[in-house]
Amino acid sequence: MPTLTAQDFKSDQQVRWCPGCGDHAVLASLQRALPKVSTALGYEKERYVVVSGIGCSSRLPYYMDTYGFHSIHGRATAISTGIKVANPTLTVWQACGDGDALAIGGNHFIHAIRRNIDINIILFNNQIYGLTKGQYSPTSKFGAITKTSPYGTVEHPFNPGSLVLGAKGTFFARSLDIELKLNEEIMTAAALHDGTSVMEMLTNCVIFNDGAHKSLSDPAVKADRTIVLRHGEKMIFGKNRDKGLVLDGMGLRAVTIGQDGYTEDDILVHDAHSDNMGMHMMLAEMKGPELPVALGIIRDVKDVTYDDGVRDQVKDVMVKSKIHSVDDLLRSGSTWEVE
Amino acid sequence: MQHKVVDTKDVVIRFAGDSGDGMQLTGSLFADTSAVYGNGLSTFPDYPAEIRAPHGTVSGVSGFQVHIGSGKVTTPGDFCDLLVAMNPAALKANAKWCKRGAMILVDEDAFDEAGMKKAGFTTDNPFAELGVEDRVLLVSPITTLTKESLADSGMDLKSVLKCKNMFTLGMACYIYNRPLDHIFAYLERKFSKKHPEMIEPNKKVLTDGFNYASNIQAIADTYVVEPVADLPKGTYRNITGNQATAWGLLAASEKSGLPLFCGSYPITPATGILEELAIHKSLGAKTLQAEDEIAGICTAIGASFAGNLAVTTTSGPGLSLKSEALGLAVMTELPLVVVDVQRGGPSTGLPTKTEQTDLMQALFGRNGECPMPVLAARSPAQCFDAAFMAAKIALEHMTPVMLLTEGFLGNGSEPWRIPSMADYPAIKPPFVQGSLPEGETFQPFKRNPETLVRSWALPGQKGLEHRVGGLEKTHEGVLSTDPANHEMMVRERAEKVARVARELPALELEGAKEGKILVVGWGGTYGHISTAVHELLEEGVDVSYAHFDYINPLPANTEEVFSRFSRILVCELNSGQFAAYLRGILPAHEYVSFGKVQGQPFLVSELKDRILKEL
Repeated sequence: MPTLTAQDFKSDQQVRWCPGCGDHAVLASLQRALPKVSTALGYEKERYVVVSGIGCSSRLPYYMDTYGFHSIHGRATAISTGIKVANPTLTVWQACGDGDALAIGGNHFIHAIRRNIDINIILFNNQIYGLTKGQYSPTSKFGAITKTSPYGTVEHPFNPGSLVLGAKGTFFARSLDIELKLNEEIMTAAALHDGTSVMEMLTNCVIFNDGAHKSLSDPAVKADRTIVLRHGEKMIFGKNRDKGLVLDGMGLRAVTIGQDGYTEDDILVHDAHSDNMGMHMMLAEMKGPELPVALGIIRDVKDVTYDDGVRDQVKDVMVKSKIHSVDDLLRSGSTWEVE
Repeated sequence: MQHKVVDTKDVVIRFAGDSGDGMQLTGSLFADTSAVYGNGLSTFPDYPAEIRAPHGTVSGVSGFQVHIGSGKVTTPGDFCDLLVAMNPAALKANAKWCKRGAMILVDEDAFDEAGMKKAGFTTDNPFAELGVEDRVLLVSPITTLTKESLADSGMDLKSVLKCKNMFTLGMACYIYNRPLDHIFAYLERKFSKKHPEMIEPNKKVLTDGFNYASNIQAIADTYVVEPVADLPKGTYRNITGNQATAWGLLAASEKSGLPLFCGSYPITPATGILEELAIHKSLGAKTLQAEDEIAGICTAIGASFAGNLAVTTTSGPGLSLKSEALGLAVMTELPLVVVDVQRGGPSTGLPTKTEQTDLMQALFGRNGECPMPVLAARSPAQCFDAAFMAAKIALEHMTPVMLLTEGFLGNGSEPWRIPSMADYPAIKPPFVQGSLPEGETFQPFKRNPETLVRSWALPGQKGLEHRVGGLEKTHEGVLSTDPANHEMMVRERAEKVARVARELPALELEGAKEGKILVVGWGGTYGHISTAVHELLEEGVDVSYAHFDYINPLPANTEEVFSRFSRILVCELNSGQFAAYLRGILPAHEYVSFGKVQGQPFLVSELKDRILKEL
């Protein structure tokens, strides 16, 4: 099999996102990640299917030179599920926004995770409805002033991580649009994970919610306000790599190594493969100013997948059943002869 | 004592009781026994929406009507020869369905003061109160007799009382000279694994009921309905519409070589199709019980994109939820079968009752200009062929297809001569074969000039990568808002559906080839309307009948057939939707609409009256 490059995944369609939109970086990350996935798993290009719903980010399939399905608002997860069950040899990627996946498509989103169907969901979270020009989304901060909340919203946002883990998700990762290397790393790991992989990408909407994630992405503060989690590594962060996370009572606490008697030995080691949902939930819910926001792969655990279950049950019943054709079926059970 | 045996052409029996009394099972067993015996038959379950409505009330009455005959039987019958009423409420709800001279069998023990009060009787003579005291009344202490029958069984009282229906069934079998062996076999099958101790007691109650009926004086005669003499040779079985629908889809899966995928959400009265398909994994069927109706159709659309024969099944309210996704299937030109087992509407409406009120929704209930073929099944067994054809059209014409059945068909049953799959045609989807010449890219919406059907490339095929979606595109698959392109694509999608007519069988006429009145029907009213028309023909009335299995497009000869009649009487279980549709597309004819919207099938008698009025 010839080695694929990012160029092989670029379609001939003109990319029509606004200049400066965070989606460009996520698209570039995906186009760089898929050749690596292909090398790792021996996948030919025709095995990839990219599915989306409706919204700015949902234009992504048109920009990928793969099989693609740009569906309807909120339903990408259901379409992806059908594709994967129908042909489990396909590798399904899904692009959806915070409104698409968590508002109109919330039901499909949580049920795909519950079933643990083997699809890879990239959740573009810009905390705003961009394509309809600036209304609040289910991830907009409490009090956000938007076109449909001129006096501020009076509703709490979802934390996508909590939602995924609450539905017993087996893979959750988070990144910032601009972190191309980390994105590639996350996407490759998601492809290797059997089951529903959710990758939350904190993206910037340059027109309607510019700077939504600036408090995290600003190079001046990024290292102190975020922590990149890697399985088996100490939870250390900060510009000077001198901060770390420790367990303090029932919760997490950020400490400075060398202060208050804390040494590097006290710092927690990240275990993404642990069944301990509680620790992953605490990590997914960390926020400033006390705690850094967690990036990287927070949870990556093995469990049975829906598509394998469907396939195996069909195989199993085929062996056991006496009915192997429709003619057999028609003559099964109670029948009688008319001479 | 010996009763006189009377030979009769056909009888109608209606079993009615509390919704927990097992009347559906009793009726089904009587029907199956008659089917095996060789009678023509048709059944009609009529049950409340609640699983266990308040005990003893009229709203909680569950009924099952069986019509058996020594000739072809096409309707469950208007009125019954025997009404079995397990309590006062069942009598009250069903007395109006008794023929003059009918027998009414009631459980005397249930007609106590409390039972009579719950059913709302104000006197102590319920028969007089309902005006049926002149019928043949068989008032038997069924509860007491069942208790006595099982006195030594060691069963608790609750289990004993559950066997009342078997006692009644035994009595009915005596009255109509039905052998008990088929029911014995059923009881053995049902209880052999989990409750083998239940086999003998049930057989005993059934036999005791049979013997009791032979001993009471009130039963003057018993009846024999001979097996149908001129049935075509072959292997037969009894089948419900929902089962036949599921099997027809499996047949299409086999004939197309594509695995069946069904994404559905449980909804009355369509759930039986999903349940049936879920059993048949040995034929490669995959069923996904979705989180909602929308996921049902969207998983099916995804499965279709990936190359399965995709199906979603539902009823009216579910169809409403699927509307947007139906538009997506039309736009992406992917094959999909949508089965709507219609029930009484609007909204939740009458979930367990039958209607034909989703026709306009099926034809037009989507945004934009969004046509798809619409088919309707005419009888429970014919659901097999209808489902097969729906799938064949979908796969060969790259379009979603709507198959309308009805609660009356889905739950109703009839004997069916089992076909051979060798007699069914192959299904050939327009797959792209092999790879494209170097430098060429696949054009997903380039059409076959004859049929206007696009080709189908499946994910996984090398070099055919392409994108589909809800946005308007060019033939090449490129997004386009160009006004001329949009109008061209709208017209092409409509013309593609219209050209399906070239492959449809011609509309057939029953009765004279021309005349004053053409009676027209569609879907599950076939049995009632054809019975009414044939009875009138035998009475020398000049009338003709055409029944539509294909609604969009109409059979190609429709206009020509219509032009031979002065007036067209459109009979349907709604307030005139098919009539309005015909007026719109074939405006040159005079239409009269006869609609009924009561959640109940037509009566043959009311159809005959209405037709005669028109002459």
